[in-house]
Amino acid sequence: MSKKQRLLSGPYLIWTVAFIVIPLLLIVYYGLTSAEGGFTLDNIAQMGRPENLKALWLALVLSVVSTLICLVMAYPLAMILSNMKFNANSFIVMIFIIPMWMNFLLRTLAWQTLLEKNGVINMALKFLHLPTLNIINTPYAIVLGMVYNFLPFMLLPIYNVLIKIDKNVVNAARDLGANSFQTFCKITFPLSLPGVISGITMVFVPSLTTFVISDLLGGSKILLIGNVIEQKFKQGNNWNVGSGLSLVLMVFILISMAIMQKYDKDGEGAAF
Amino acid sequence: MKKMLVLSLTGLVVLGSLTGCVKIDETGETAAETAAAEEAAAADSEGASEGSAEEAAPAEEASKEGSGQVVVYNWGEYLDPEVLDMFEEETGIEVVYEEFETNEIMYPKVATGAIAYDVICPSDYMIQRMIQEDLLQEINFDNVPNIKNIDEEYMKWSEEFDPGNKYSVPYCWGTVGILYNKEMVEEPIDSWEVLWDEQYENNILMQDSVRDALMVALKLKGYSMNTTNEDEVAEATDLLIEQKPLVQAYVIDQVRDKMIGEEAAIGVIYSGEAIYTQRENENLEYVIPKEGSNLWIDSWVIPKNAANKENAEAFINFLCRPDIALMNFDYITYSTPNKAARELIEDEDIRNSTIAFPTSDMLENCETFQYLGDDVDTMYMDYWNKVKSS
Repeated sequence: MSKKQRLLSGPYLIWTVAFIVIPLLLIVYYGLTSAEGGFTLDNIAQMGRPENLKALWLALVLSVVSTLICLVMAYPLAMILSNMKFNANSFIVMIFIIPMWMNFLLRTLAWQTLLEKNGVINMALKFLHLPTLNIINTPYAIVLGMVYNFLPFMLLPIYNVLIKIDKNVVNAARDLGANSFQTFCKITFPLSLPGVISGITMVFVPSLTTFVISDLLGGSKILLIGNVIEQKFKQGNNWNVGSGLSLVLMVFILISMAIMQKYDKDGEGAAF
Repeated sequence: MKKMLVLSLTGLVVLGSLTGCVKIDETGETAAETAAAEEAAAADSEGASEGSAEEAAPAEEASKEGSGQVVVYNWGEYLDPEVLDMFEEETGIEVVYEEFETNEIMYPKVATGAIAYDVICPSDYMIQRMIQEDLLQEINFDNVPNIKNIDEEYMKWSEEFDPGNKYSVPYCWGTVGILYNKEMVEEPIDSWEVLWDEQYENNILMQDSVRDALMVALKLKGYSMNTTNEDEVAEATDLLIEQKPLVQAYVIDQVRDKMIGEEAAIGVIYSGEAIYTQRENENLEYVIPKEGSNLWIDSWVIPKNAANKENAEAFINFLCRPDIALMNFDYITYSTPNKAARELIEDEDIRNSTIAFPTSDMLENCETFQYLGDDVDTMYMDYWNKVKSS
């Protein structure tokens, strides 16, 4: 690294320290101290309360389910896109990205209007004399919201890895007698693993920590761990417990990051 | 590696001196800063629940004294936006406007002093708490001559939480009750009990705020809504957990739109929303349950760290003007304690409406919330979390 290069990294370093490192240290500080300022592990132990464990468990289940749905939907699509010969693939990728230009809160609110009892979807179903859809304020609506919001984060890393796979490797496999299923299992999928892993992380982490989606589509009836933490900060004015719970949640995020590091050494799967 | 460390340390020092500058420099105000503040204000009014990053901007602005600003922190949809324009036009004071959804969300932002608001509109029990914790400053009533328009009755009532009427100026008052759709509910409703009636499964909207939700259950059990007895709170909690399968959603501001759109048959709502919803949907009816309810009052106060106290007083005075109070009443339809404004209401039905202005026998079992201390607050919060996570 030359001196100039180091100078160029300055703004990024300042940014990192000011907005990532210092806030993280503050969370650790709040998480490990009581309201009076003394050291304590009580805040972290709060996770052991039955209501918090339940929220954590529910958050884990819902985020795993949505991650799996995203994967099942995104992988085939990414394969189709990467195999397209003409330039239509960039068009379809655009279609996936354009909705992300709109604020994510607005899109989630739109789902609320769509799914409501007298919402757009049910009005249409009633008009056609079909049975109505009653998933608003249930975990199903939350999973739907997660899948809808985070699907592009699964699609793009996989797509990015797939288009980079050398076609000669695939052709060589076919040449040596592998059928298309074998080629997929032995060549394409293993080579695309970095993208899959990074996609999983990018869907799993925000799903696990979300509180907006569960609030808007769950009618505040379904408490995920993100909602518990939000309440501690906003309603309860208890920053210490909120930080303590965040620290526990961070463990899960660190685990998924560690897995990603292991498989995605070259950072190939990074979409953005 | 070492060099990286040095670099990041330098970064820290640079940052530190930058923030230092902001605090020292209280005189000059560049056009860019004003623009930034305006942008922040616009962003805030768009969505109070979204992020807090941009909310730091008004605070920085406010630290400059005498900059011709007033930083207002009010409930969501609790003021006619045109009033703000008129105030800016008449006084030349620029309004930076921010909104909150519950007292509990408002409190930490003021208590930590992170943002220097000039004028806030909390409810009774929260004002009591803020006075106790020395967060408010006395209002100079020489600058608020329009206080004469406020009905004596409400000033007397305010003494319950603000002895001597030193810190607060009443803005709106009302009750919490049941709003129901006559088409969807057969029998007339007069009791909280209907919220536990299984035939309205998935048709009930509850308030998503600690004290109001527990108030419903406590009142139904015949307890005081200011109880500090943990057993009573626990009983109320069990009742709410039992009710949860019937509840469609826990919401606050959305009760209004959902009731108008006939998403639900029954909703717990503030009386001020009742007239508005009836205007939009004539099937809706509001009732104060016979077991009693929350009788509340929201008043303007000035926090200790306000940077523009005189502007804040000018703002409060402006809101007490009868024509302005009337504009706000027409817009938000919450009962006004301003008797001069009430006399100006043209529509006789509304002027004499028992929803907007209930008679004293309707309020027989009603109480006003009191601040119960930090420990009891935490207890309420813990029990409420049990309901939410059940």
